[in-house]
Amino acid sequence: MSMKKLSPYVGWLLLAVALLVLAPAVLSDFRLGLLAKYCCYAIAAVGIGLAWGRGGMLVLGQGLYFGIGAYAMAMHLKLADAGPGGVPDFMALYGDATVPGWWEPLRSGAFAVVVILVLPALVAGLLGLAVFKRRIKGAYFAILSQALAAAFAILLVGQVKTTGGANGLNNFQGFFGYALFDPANKRMLYFIAAGILLVSILAMAWLYRSRFGELLVAVRDGEERVRFLGTDPANVKLAAYVIAAVLASIGGALFVPIAGIVSPDDVGVVASIGLLAGVALGGRASLLGPAVGALLVGYAETSLSEAFPGSWSYFQGALFVLVILLLPGGLAQLLNARRGNSVSSRFLRGVPRGKQAQAELPRSASEAAPEEAAAR
Amino acid sequence: MDALLAQVFTGVSAGAVLLLIALGLTLTFGQMGVINMAHGEFIMAGAYTAYVVSLVVASTELSLLIALPAGFVIGGLLGLALEASVLRWMYARPLDTLLVTYGVGLVLQQVARDVFGAPAKEVPAPGWLDGSIPILGYDFPLTRLFIIVLAGLCVAALLAVLRFTALGRQIRATVGNRDLAETIGISTRRTDRATFFIGSGLAGVAGVALTLLGSTGPNLGTSYIVQAFLVVVVGGIGHLKGTIVAALGIGLLQAFFAHALTGSVAQVIVFLAIVAFLQVRPQGILSVRTRSLA
Repeated sequence: MSMKKLSPYVGWLLLAVALLVLAPAVLSDFRLGLLAKYCCYAIAAVGIGLAWGRGGMLVLGQGLYFGIGAYAMAMHLKLADAGPGGVPDFMALYGDATVPGWWEPLRSGAFAVVVILVLPALVAGLLGLAVFKRRIKGAYFAILSQALAAAFAILLVGQVKTTGGANGLNNFQGFFGYALFDPANKRMLYFIAAGILLVSILAMAWLYRSRFGELLVAVRDGEERVRFLGTDPANVKLAAYVIAAVLASIGGALFVPIAGIVSPDDVGVVASIGLLAGVALGGRASLLGPAVGALLVGYAETSLSEAFPGSWSYFQGALFVLVILLLPGGLAQLLNARRGNSVSSRFLRGVPRGKQAQAELPRSASEAAPEEAAAR
Repeated sequence: MDALLAQVFTGVSAGAVLLLIALGLTLTFGQMGVINMAHGEFIMAGAYTAYVVSLVVASTELSLLIALPAGFVIGGLLGLALEASVLRWMYARPLDTLLVTYGVGLVLQQVARDVFGAPAKEVPAPGWLDGSIPILGYDFPLTRLFIIVLAGLCVAALLAVLRFTALGRQIRATVGNRDLAETIGISTRRTDRATFFIGSGLAGVAGVALTLLGSTGPNLGTSYIVQAFLVVVVGGIGHLKGTIVAALGIGLLQAFFAHALTGSVAQVIVFLAIVAFLQVRPQGILSVRTRSLA
């Protein structure tokens, strides 16, 4: 095995040692809890790396899937806290103190886990089918995915009696029978989150090397060519989008017991784009980049907000501008450049103008618009 | 009948706001493929311009009329600055402009928060927009009527510029075929800048208009930008007609569903309707004809 083939696994091993050995040894319980939270974001970021970095789909609405997982978990925890037949505290506060029918199945922990894994796949599958099969892509797809997250957040705020509204769901006591105020259980949650993060990165390493991974990159860099070669790009994109959605949902589900709260702010447009910051910083198309970037951005957000309140917006804004403008391959690009392999993808370098503007148009643009360009 | 009329009016006025915002977006998206997320912050800048003008100009009767052109210039200059500093390097990667401009928007929001403070500001409406006029037994608030008229004027002015001026011809040529436009001697760089100025300026005008409907805060733009982008997607790129139909259609749909159900459910239904509509016409209501494969 050549060095080049080994190197991702070396990086993965380093990350695993840092997360599983080093961090628990040196960090206080409070800091470890924060790191656990970043790990949840990082799990979603790994999915974004697949969809955006490898698949070229700018997923601006991953907050939706993060939120599906988070709310499913939060609803289950609320019901479990209330005990068999009990009513969650906030419902007594806002509503008529009855549990709505669509909450009831979530009393079962097993069902909640099924919802967390299957519901995002269904939603992403349906939306993906509707969008990719009609060859809606590029900015159009980005805008639709963003609007979906926005609509979801607005819906959550509006249904205060069953979703907790703008306050969201919080004040959880237990997690599948483990008391959440116990520091030992919080450490356990950290190890679960870090473990799932590491496993999901390994899964990506395997996916990226598979035939599917190669096809996905091919679709990103030349969708039409893939179509001419006899493969439907829509199916490839759909699969990547669904996997990204499920990863985001898992991240969201773990986020709830770790952060102790989920609110519409965690799922809306701002949160969704926030998830992209780490992916862009670390390197969207690289294996470890999205996860490492998400951890770095999470850490930076906490420490900058502690040191200079209000400064985080400037930093996040500058990060988006500088990284995307000057370092489209993220930090991974720097590492690669040192090793001598430069970024070669059209996706990161860009396509000259003229060829680009019209490539953005969906397919039937050529058949439709029978009138001459009269409106202009 | 009254209720129906009221909803149509609400819908049209909501559509007019969307139209004002989406006009600039369509222009820049159609011509340069740039998705300007900072457009929302240009709206905010327009609204704060109205606030500052209302502080400087003692007469509330006049301040709105001064604020409108001022908002246009402020928005336009911000757009020019964005184009010259960042976007000109990014034309090869149009999708990435979305995140870059989002970053610029974040910075602008924080600047507004630091300069004007987080609490929302009220801009006094001029006295001649107080009250309402009864039409067919329903009282139309003058402020909303003013916004509808303003949106109409902006569309008319933009159409006139595009159709009758040299700049308009250059813009149309560049949208149609950038390389050919370049070949016949049009400076597409200059045209791009002009388009960006106009498009961003319209955002500023929209911001001034929004001060009539509510208070002005740093997050003003974010609440409108997602819907404005939907208007652009539904309308199709390169045609103003499509944008107009889409803005009014989405405004009306929203108003009707919001009346029948609730505002939050209405947003979700409108979104689903848009996805369903794109199944039928993925290219939007109207789109420039191309021979592009993709």
